[in-house]
Amino acid sequence: MNGSLQITNISWRFVRVWTRNMVVYRKIWLVNFLVPLLEPLLYLAAFGVGLSSLIGQVHYHGQELSYIVFIAPALLAVTMMYNSFFENTYASFVRMYFQKTFDAMMSTPLSLEDIITGEIVWGATKSVIATAIMLVVVSGFGLVYFPHGLLILPLSFLGGLAFGTVGMIFTGVVATIDMFNLPIFLFITPMFLFSGTFFPISALPGWAQKLSLALPLTHLVNLCRAFCLGELDAELTWNVVYITMMFALLFPAALLVMRRRLIN
Amino acid sequence: MAEQERYIIRAKDLQKKFGSFMAVDGISFHLVPGECLGLLGPNGAGKTSTIRMVYGFSPMSSGSLQVFGLDIRTKWRQIKSKIGVCQQENNLDPDLSVLQNLEVFARYFNIPRKEARDRALQLLKFIALENRKNEKVTSLSGGMMRRLVLARALINNPQLLILDEPTTGLDPQARHQVWERLELLQANGISILLTTHYMDEASRLCERLIIMDHGKILVEGKPADLIRTHAGDHVVEIINPGRDVKDFVDANDLLHDALNHRMIIYARETDGIFDRIGEQFCRETCIKRLATLEDVFLRLTGRELRE
Repeated sequence: MNGSLQITNISWRFVRVWTRNMVVYRKIWLVNFLVPLLEPLLYLAAFGVGLSSLIGQVHYHGQELSYIVFIAPALLAVTMMYNSFFENTYASFVRMYFQKTFDAMMSTPLSLEDIITGEIVWGATKSVIATAIMLVVVSGFGLVYFPHGLLILPLSFLGGLAFGTVGMIFTGVVATIDMFNLPIFLFITPMFLFSGTFFPISALPGWAQKLSLALPLTHLVNLCRAFCLGELDAELTWNVVYITMMFALLFPAALLVMRRRLIN
Repeated sequence: MAEQERYIIRAKDLQKKFGSFMAVDGISFHLVPGECLGLLGPNGAGKTSTIRMVYGFSPMSSGSLQVFGLDIRTKWRQIKSKIGVCQQENNLDPDLSVLQNLEVFARYFNIPRKEARDRALQLLKFIALENRKNEKVTSLSGGMMRRLVLARALINNPQLLILDEPTTGLDPQARHQVWERLELLQANGISILLTTHYMDEASRLCERLIIMDHGKILVEGKPADLIRTHAGDHVVEIINPGRDVKDFVDANDLLHDALNHRMIIYARETDGIFDRIGEQFCRETCIKRLATLEDVFLRLTGRELRE
């Protein structure tokens, strides 16, 4: 009974958990805003100004793009991944393990499933906030085509749900907080580098291209790039389906591992 | 419906197993409205496991458990909305201020925002922390934190308050502060289920006690009755007793515990036994005192250390 999936335990009360995190977030909103505001400037300066003079144009989908136009959408996708993944690993782990916040919540009418759902939706919300701020900055450099570029906002929520869910699964299984280094090294960093972020995946050998297509970030980068360039086509549906399925399949797994961890 | 009014908690053959370890081994007990029931027992006796099942934190392995006449397995959300819980570990939210700890917690119970604020301020007054409302909880002393945990448990106007070692680690002043507030709440008719290691706390607050060990209930009853039955009225402790004391005790078949350097003899005042002991055997130090719950506890659960 305690080890089984209890999806019906989810109620709209998960919003209360979300609100708790929002109250904390707002206390230091300036710090929380500063990172997504300044980070793209650093990247754009390093890659856009520094590297692009070496690289010149990038061939992508039969067009020649300046390097900065090429990487700006990838920065948005990486922001979605980082914000949700780190929120639902380190931050959720601290609340669960060190602060016993979940224990306190479980003595109220909240179910464990409400708590985990609230945490994941919160991780996705952080992804939306950071992406929105970054979108404003990147748009300031004329790197986003509107109104298509606005699709990045709902995408940042979906991507946030998917990567937050992956993070939550790790939170459900790691023994100590230091063990998050492992999924970051094996999962996050390779994606950061090989998902068509800093170079098109067509530059990789055939087998590596296939591998890259299996990485969720590749699909998020694809979508971001299409939205920023204002080039929508039917093939993008597959990218959306991939990320949606990733969330739909892994979300029950996240609930299950957390139930096994916390209910005994 | 009648059932609902008669019992706040009704547990039958309640079991909790962790793998092959039996933490709670088929206990049955009840709590009636307005009562304070105390669970006593050494570490690992199964007290916390028991109350965790009552507040729906930990699923029971077998048996039946009704709270407010509702089955905990199916109606847990309804039950939890009418319970206030002080867990053993301090799990106040360190990311929030004192006031926010109460306000945010109130929202978990779906208490509307305005009402949450009013209740939070009212409770801060009750625990005399209204001046600290904007401070971080980490700046509070241990006793203040404990009071705040109590206030937080009261945010939903619970009918049942569950306290897991509410005063462990507090200094005497802070303990009395917590007790006074609990007594006020009792006067207002709240029901309390409490675990504690402190016998004075148990006998002061609880009308009825259960002493547990190894997941089973050893005895149950009113504090005074338990003392009378299991430790008599009075106790005499003889330090470094001689052979003659032991012979005397054996000859008269007295209830006693022989420790390394101490003989504890339990008896009734009317037996006249204490006078004889006083006259004949008190070579060094003899202490005559009232029997206490601690005597009962140690007699029933033994004196060896637990993990």
